[in-house]
Amino acid sequence: MIDSYVRQYQAFAGNGGGAGPPWLTSLRRAAIEGFQRSGFPSTRDEEWRFTSVAPIARGDFSASPAVPVLQLADLDPYLFQHPDWPRLVFVNGRFDRSLSLGEVGPGVTLEALSAVLAQRPTLVEPYFGRHVSPAATPFTALNTALTREGAVVRVAPDAAPENPIHLLFVSTPEADGAAIHPRTVVVVEAGARVQLIESYLSLGGRPRYLTNAVTELAIGPGAWVEHSRIQRESEAAFHVGFSQVSQDRESHYRSFAFAMGGALARHDLHTRLGAPDTEALLYGLYFGHQDQLIDNHTTIYHDQPNCRSWEVYKGILDDRAHGVFNGKIFVKPEAQKTDAKQTNRALLLSDSARIDTKPQLEIFADDVKCTHGATVGQLDPLSSFYLRSRGIPKDAAERLMVYAFAAEVLNEVASESVRVALDQLVHERLSMVR
Amino acid sequence: MPLLEVNDLRATAGDKEILKGINLTVDVGEIHAIMGPNGSGKSTLAQVIAGHPAYQISGGQILYQGQDLAEMDPEERAQAGVFLAFQYPVEIPGVTNAYFLRAAYNELRKARGLEEVDPIDFLDLLEDKLKVVEWGPEIMQRAVNAGFSGGEKKRNEILQMAVLEPKLALLDETDSGLDIDALRIVATGVNALRRPDNAYVVITHYQRLLNHIIPDVVHVISDGQIVKSGGKDLALDLEARGYEWLAKSDTDVAGTAAATA
Repeated sequence: MIDSYVRQYQAFAGNGGGAGPPWLTSLRRAAIEGFQRSGFPSTRDEEWRFTSVAPIARGDFSASPAVPVLQLADLDPYLFQHPDWPRLVFVNGRFDRSLSLGEVGPGVTLEALSAVLAQRPTLVEPYFGRHVSPAATPFTALNTALTREGAVVRVAPDAAPENPIHLLFVSTPEADGAAIHPRTVVVVEAGARVQLIESYLSLGGRPRYLTNAVTELAIGPGAWVEHSRIQRESEAAFHVGFSQVSQDRESHYRSFAFAMGGALARHDLHTRLGAPDTEALLYGLYFGHQDQLIDNHTTIYHDQPNCRSWEVYKGILDDRAHGVFNGKIFVKPEAQKTDAKQTNRALLLSDSARIDTKPQLEIFADDVKCTHGATVGQLDPLSSFYLRSRGIPKDAAERLMVYAFAAEVLNEVASESVRVALDQLVHERLSMVR
Repeated sequence: MPLLEVNDLRATAGDKEILKGINLTVDVGEIHAIMGPNGSGKSTLAQVIAGHPAYQISGGQILYQGQDLAEMDPEERAQAGVFLAFQYPVEIPGVTNAYFLRAAYNELRKARGLEEVDPIDFLDLLEDKLKVVEWGPEIMQRAVNAGFSGGEKKRNEILQMAVLEPKLALLDETDSGLDIDALRIVATGVNALRRPDNAYVVITHYQRLLNHIIPDVVHVISDGQIVKSGGKDLALDLEARGYEWLAKSDTDVAGTAAATA
């Protein structure tokens, strides 16, 4: 199906879609040529060893799904009880102005990528394709070649919007059979503080589509970014995401990656501590059931001295679900006084559930503190007995224990109303266990 | 009908028989102390009564208010009023004490056909219970036993007992690892929770807890059997003479137990 994407690119380029600024045109062309050479990754590729994308490669996904007209009420369950929060809404890959709320306050602009590319492409030129190389993966190449839309968020120096900024990528039953390639660029300038939420979700039915998202996030000196990525796509859909964060000195980045949707879901999160005294905290929670495959790859680049990274990913896998975790930490020779800690834990609720987990630390500096720990476990019978001895029935006790396992990371979500919503999602999924 | 009647109870862990014919009768209003050397089976007895999954009953029976406990799941036993204060309370990171206690309290209410209480009403109810263990409300926002000191864990067990108001409370070496202040708090708590319609079985290795919680009957377990029963002075004898003299003179075991029960 490689050719089908090449044809999509040719049609897109031919009707003017690729007719942006010259830098973009050549970037897109290089990307599709790269994809044409590489094709989709196979499990012989170390980065995709446990995750076969054959179902994606076989699917003949079209370029332009129909876009229904949605009402704000349709989105209500996904707005964290805060319809007042600024947001950009994309429906089946198309920007929906009427559902969006672009007024954020001084120093912050929210725009659709298509508008920026058409009117002021220089705004994104220093970022687009600079942080995420088109060649990073075959999927980033496809995204670069074919993306039509996405969000551009710019936060001016020292700006501190009061509310989180919410980017919603919504799929509807009409998305069935389509591939959507959202592209998001976020630029947070020096000293700014912002909370950002990316939601990938499906409204109704079990459409089978591909979301192939790329997010580039540049964090300026002394800036503070709290980034939640909430993936709850249709369980028949495929979700591939690649997020790249670049951190300048004394910046603080805190990520919470939540994944519960998709038949196959893969997220790569890379953060580069590219200047001294920066900090990155990466939290993750995934909950797979039935035949879901949920794959998280994270990479932390310690390029400079005195930086700290702290990572905790937790997974719950029920039925025949399959989880994959790969956590890389690269410490360059000059990155002395690095303090890096990585933890990943998986809880298997059924004998058929499976996790492949691989920490990968490559340390080239000598004065560093780097640790990693991975555990895979089942529910502890002694804890279960403890709860039951207090009158809590077995099923409820086990659900409480699973919830407790998740809660340790859920509690790290900064926004109370986001945390409450995720709590509820975990409880809903828990009610389906057994 | 006695509150608890244990008849010739035998229990195994895997292939190993640990309880080898225990007989014990407890009536409401009573405090029984069970003492014995390490490995004698005294903690096992408490855990078997509470339904610990590591043990299988291989003979005899446990009647609680006339019901055969072997037929009941641990949660059903708790709902019926059996409570085990654990020797090693389990840590449950991620669940607050408040959530856990309310969940347990509501399960007990549900089992009795009562309405569940909401978080606000539950906090009111807790206020008095916290006084029993001399704690402020902050403790309720901490995860269950997570990072608690040994003494705090034991106090938390007593707090749970205060909230759940069991009829039969089994305290499994609640005094072990406690400093003198924590011991006093635990003992005062237990005494405050005594009622004419409940009973305690206090399992301990040492006599010192029994200076604060005065037992009506003291039993000595050795090698899976009760080898001697007597009044509270027996505990003082044991303190002075150790356990060795008992293990050797195993006469009249059943007779003594029956006479004091």
